[in-house]
Amino acid sequence: MNHVIIGAGPAGVVAAETLRKLQPAASITLVGDEPEPPYSRMALPYFLINHIKEEGTHLRKQADHFAKQKIKVVHDRVLGLDRAAKLGLLASGSSIHYDKLLIATGSTPMAPPIPGIDLPGIFNCWTLADARNIATRAKPGAKVLLMGAGFIGCIILEALAQSGADLTVVEMADRMVPRMMNDIAGHLIKDWCEKEGVKVHTSTRVTAIRKGTPHAFAVDLSTGETVDADLIVSATGVRSNIKFLEGIGLETDQGILVNRHMQTNDPDIFAAGDVAQGRDFSTGEYSVQAIQPTATEHGQLAARNMAGLLGAVHRGSVNMNVLDTLGLISSSFGLWMGKAGGTSAELLNRERFKYMNLQFDGDILVGATSLGLTQHVGVLRGLIQTKTRLGKWKDKLLEDPTQIMEAYLASTQAVGFNAALMK
Amino acid sequence: MHKALQLEPEKCTGCLQCEMACSYENEAVFNPSKSRIKVFTFHDEGRFAPYTCSQCSEAWCLHACPVEAIVINQLTGAKEVIEEVCVGCKVCTIACPFGTVNYNSDSGKVIKCDLCGGDPACATACPTGAITYVDADHTGLARMKAHASQSLPKA
Amino acid sequence: MGWTQKVLRVNLTTGSVATEPLNMDWALKYIGQRGLATKYLFEEIDPKIDALSPANKLIMATGPLTGTMAATGGRYSVITKSPLTGAIACSNSGGFIGNEIKNAGFDMLIFEGKAPKPVYLYLENDKAELLPADHLWGKSVWEADRLLHNDHQDPLLRIACVGRAAEQGCLYAGVVNDLHRAAGRSGVGTVMASKNLKAVAVRGTKGVGNIRDPKQFMLATQTAKKVLAQNPVTGEGLPKMGTQVLMNVINEVGAMPTRNMREVQFEGANRISAEAMHVPRESDGKPNLTTNAACFACTIACGRISTIDPKHYTIVNKPQYMGANGGLEYEAAWALGSDTGVDDLDALTYANFICNEDGYDPISFGSTVAAAMELFEIGALTKEHTGGIEMRFGSAEALTKAAELVAKGEGFGRDLGLGSKRLCEKYGHPDLSMTVKGQEFPAYDPRGIQGMGLTYATSNRGACHLRSYTVSSEILGVPVKTDPLTTDGKPELVKAFQDATAAVDSTGLCVFTTFAWTLEDIAPQIDAACAGDWSPDKMLEAGERIWNLERQFNLKAGLTKADDTLPKRLLKEAAKTGPAKGKVSELHKMLPHYYEIRGWTPDGVPTTDTLHRLAI
Repeated sequence: MNHVIIGAGPAGVVAAETLRKLQPAASITLVGDEPEPPYSRMALPYFLINHIKEEGTHLRKQADHFAKQKIKVVHDRVLGLDRAAKLGLLASGSSIHYDKLLIATGSTPMAPPIPGIDLPGIFNCWTLADARNIATRAKPGAKVLLMGAGFIGCIILEALAQSGADLTVVEMADRMVPRMMNDIAGHLIKDWCEKEGVKVHTSTRVTAIRKGTPHAFAVDLSTGETVDADLIVSATGVRSNIKFLEGIGLETDQGILVNRHMQTNDPDIFAAGDVAQGRDFSTGEYSVQAIQPTATEHGQLAARNMAGLLGAVHRGSVNMNVLDTLGLISSSFGLWMGKAGGTSAELLNRERFKYMNLQFDGDILVGATSLGLTQHVGVLRGLIQTKTRLGKWKDKLLEDPTQIMEAYLASTQAVGFNAALMK
Repeated sequence: MHKALQLEPEKCTGCLQCEMACSYENEAVFNPSKSRIKVFTFHDEGRFAPYTCSQCSEAWCLHACPVEAIVINQLTGAKEVIEEVCVGCKVCTIACPFGTVNYNSDSGKVIKCDLCGGDPACATACPTGAITYVDADHTGLARMKAHASQSLPKA
Repeated sequence: MGWTQKVLRVNLTTGSVATEPLNMDWALKYIGQRGLATKYLFEEIDPKIDALSPANKLIMATGPLTGTMAATGGRYSVITKSPLTGAIACSNSGGFIGNEIKNAGFDMLIFEGKAPKPVYLYLENDKAELLPADHLWGKSVWEADRLLHNDHQDPLLRIACVGRAAEQGCLYAGVVNDLHRAAGRSGVGTVMASKNLKAVAVRGTKGVGNIRDPKQFMLATQTAKKVLAQNPVTGEGLPKMGTQVLMNVINEVGAMPTRNMREVQFEGANRISAEAMHVPRESDGKPNLTTNAACFACTIACGRISTIDPKHYTIVNKPQYMGANGGLEYEAAWALGSDTGVDDLDALTYANFICNEDGYDPISFGSTVAAAMELFEIGALTKEHTGGIEMRFGSAEALTKAAELVAKGEGFGRDLGLGSKRLCEKYGHPDLSMTVKGQEFPAYDPRGIQGMGLTYATSNRGACHLRSYTVSSEILGVPVKTDPLTTDGKPELVKAFQDATAAVDSTGLCVFTTFAWTLEDIAPQIDAACAGDWSPDKMLEAGERIWNLERQFNLKAGLTKADDTLPKRLLKEAAKTGPAKGKVSELHKMLPHYYEIRGWTPDGVPTTDTLHRLAI
């Protein structure tokens, strides 16, 4: 069996390793278009602030990891597919044959349609190369303008602020991290960032970027203001890398359409990670989640199905995120925005930036948002994904949402009386 | 065969000796807030429940880690955080559906139970036998395993 | 070195909060907690001041072993001048807040002055803030606890709090921590409330390190834990039965103060005993006792967690009392039960919950109710005074109603909140108050246990069993058995217990360990943790130093030899039944010799030589 995986991010690497476990004799090839060994975008911000060296971003730490696993890593770019011949057409001119193909090509940043967006000195923070460029320019005191305060923007924000740069953030939505945080939490994160010395413009667009002096750029905002910048980092959103699949009959929407086996409309082609429009656990619908845990789940599931274990059915991934904005830790899970007809519990201490919001459907937790919670936070995922019937504990959570761990334990484990005492 | 921590809430009195032993073993200070094992108190019911990582075979934390900072100790079966490799991204803390990987803001890394390399300090310290380190096929573990895998989908 | 070597000083008048280094010269002489805080108080206030004036200070102090793995190493004490006795007050509590203070980096918190408006202290490691408590004032301990946990969204926030009783000036209000543990005696909560300080909410995540010899410390604490585990009292009796194990024992030896100490045995003892707490009840098939529970670091776990019979009259339509809460310890069961003649276990448990909920001392409360019942039965109190309550011995309804009134400081509850001494004086029968220095007796009748007579009379905080628990020797035979009915050797016994206990109370450990431990077990743990070369003898000397310093405080406060006495009833009215039948407390046979071996003058004043010898 000849497996080819396009894309050396987490989904691709996990799929390759899972395939190796399942099929010790199969041929497995991992094609990546970046020059470095497979690395993690999640780790880039930490590289940016020098917490880790470049090797620290690598998905696998042993240099011979892939060789040992007999996974062939090819540095090349797949320009297109010949489905009939089962060939991947490579930028180097050659082609690669597959029996089963996994597309895990991830996503790329979108450039917003703004005059001046293609001026030199404007970077995404998406690749190691981007990170290197930013790291050399984001010096203490440098004026840095960050476009976009979504999840990616906020991860970079942390790093940029720590580098000592004079930071301004511009976000189109009315709050920060609008796709992961509700109104209250998104505004609290903004307040926190401002308290920490970052200038945050929400409900604001960049209308034009012009060359400036002495600073490299003069940036016009929709509010009429103009902001100076030495460096501009663009993080206004990403798009699945599906362009190379145009015209070959693979069904796509926002990403590649897959069934619950991570299989495309071509039974020999699978998709995983940011490029796949996979099943969402909470909604049952198919969407691009573009988060690390989902990528690895996809990778594992796709691999099992590629290996012929068609019982491996995707029940859907819980959409979730955790973010550290200048020391304020936030997370959101599942239907954090709530479900029609559901109930919610909320606890807010604005002065201390503490917030919890739980969303229920009946007595089942379906979504959650938290600010300032670092302990046992994963149990929110557990409660959502196991659809645990909370019974009377739902009422307790309505009164005190911080009791999530107690609710989980009481609902799933026998928490007994002191038997030693009672004998 | 691997051994596992067996937790029996019905024997727990809530003294937190386990939390101190854990923090002392791992941080060299007595500091329950840094313990990898936690005792939860059910005040209205007068119950106590020690709880920590069950070293589940799904290893959600390990798979979610973007930088391979969580690895399996082949000797004990424990999923261990390699602190030098952990970047502190916290993805594992939301990925672990049992809530047993926690972020330590002092170190900027995550912490979880590593079975102390095969001699768990919490079990040694527990005065009532609520925490024991037993062969993994011990009958008492069936309950823990059952809940650990309860309807969680295999990824 | 055990100590964090930091003190947080909070001036409530000005709202300032400052950190200062711990006085290590004093620490090496007074250990910590009770001893060290007494030294601070002694040096910083004039003992003559009005206890409820802003000039009084209130100290929350941990010991060097608080927050460590030493078994029971979680204690803290509240030290101040008592409004009930006018003497020094030092009330010790377990639970979890002691460890939290230590983990936040402090050995003690000193509160001075009086806040202009209600406040609470929020302490998160180095961050200490005085925050408005208007929303907490007028709320019970339980309610305030819930609100604070909600405000800070931190289930692990540890809270010490005063209830409505303290706010209303009940003179025996305590400081309740962790919902049902309390620095309960001598009105330390009343002082806290008088300062407009509603609560102290602490979260400490720094860790307790700084152990002098960590390896030796782990070894010493492990060895000592084995001693506790193998001892029949600490290893089996206390975990299973709690302190309530004593109810039937003390009743049998005829030392169970009953109906305001008119009698020494209670016919209803077996209905309110530890054994009774284990019997499943009809309504829901559950026993009163839900579980035993440990305070921080405690490997004994004597604490009781109980529920009230859901069908009991006290809790009909009151869901807040239907869950489990801190149940009856022996002292509470005795004071609320035997001393009032009430044998309704659920009524006692209910009254105890109310004491937890609104923070007042069940010993002083029960004794005061007992005194009121006697006053009522002799006609000195009438239903007009009591607001219609038939204050008769044996009336559960009277007891539970009284508890509700004291909790809120309403009606006759205000009189009851004065304590037995002031109540009996007010209604013309001061001799009916069973108190020493104005503090109510605990549960051991000194006619049946002679050493306890001297214990009570000389206790620096008024009647108290926890200053020298000679019951241990006289009844339980620990460390050696002595005859409870004789006074021979009792002055020596009392002095030895007083000194040793003062030392133990200054370490962060629980005095209950001394059922199994002697200073030979404790000193190695202190020594491994702390600088100062702590031997058993050195600890005993520190204990004697502490005892004498407390005495000095009281003398300066205006107390004299005349206050070292017992109520007339115990000196004149002989026990009517039991092994002590015909006996009175023979205090006069013990007191002069006690002064002598203490190195005090015949007037009970430490001589210059004694003060010099102890380097006070």
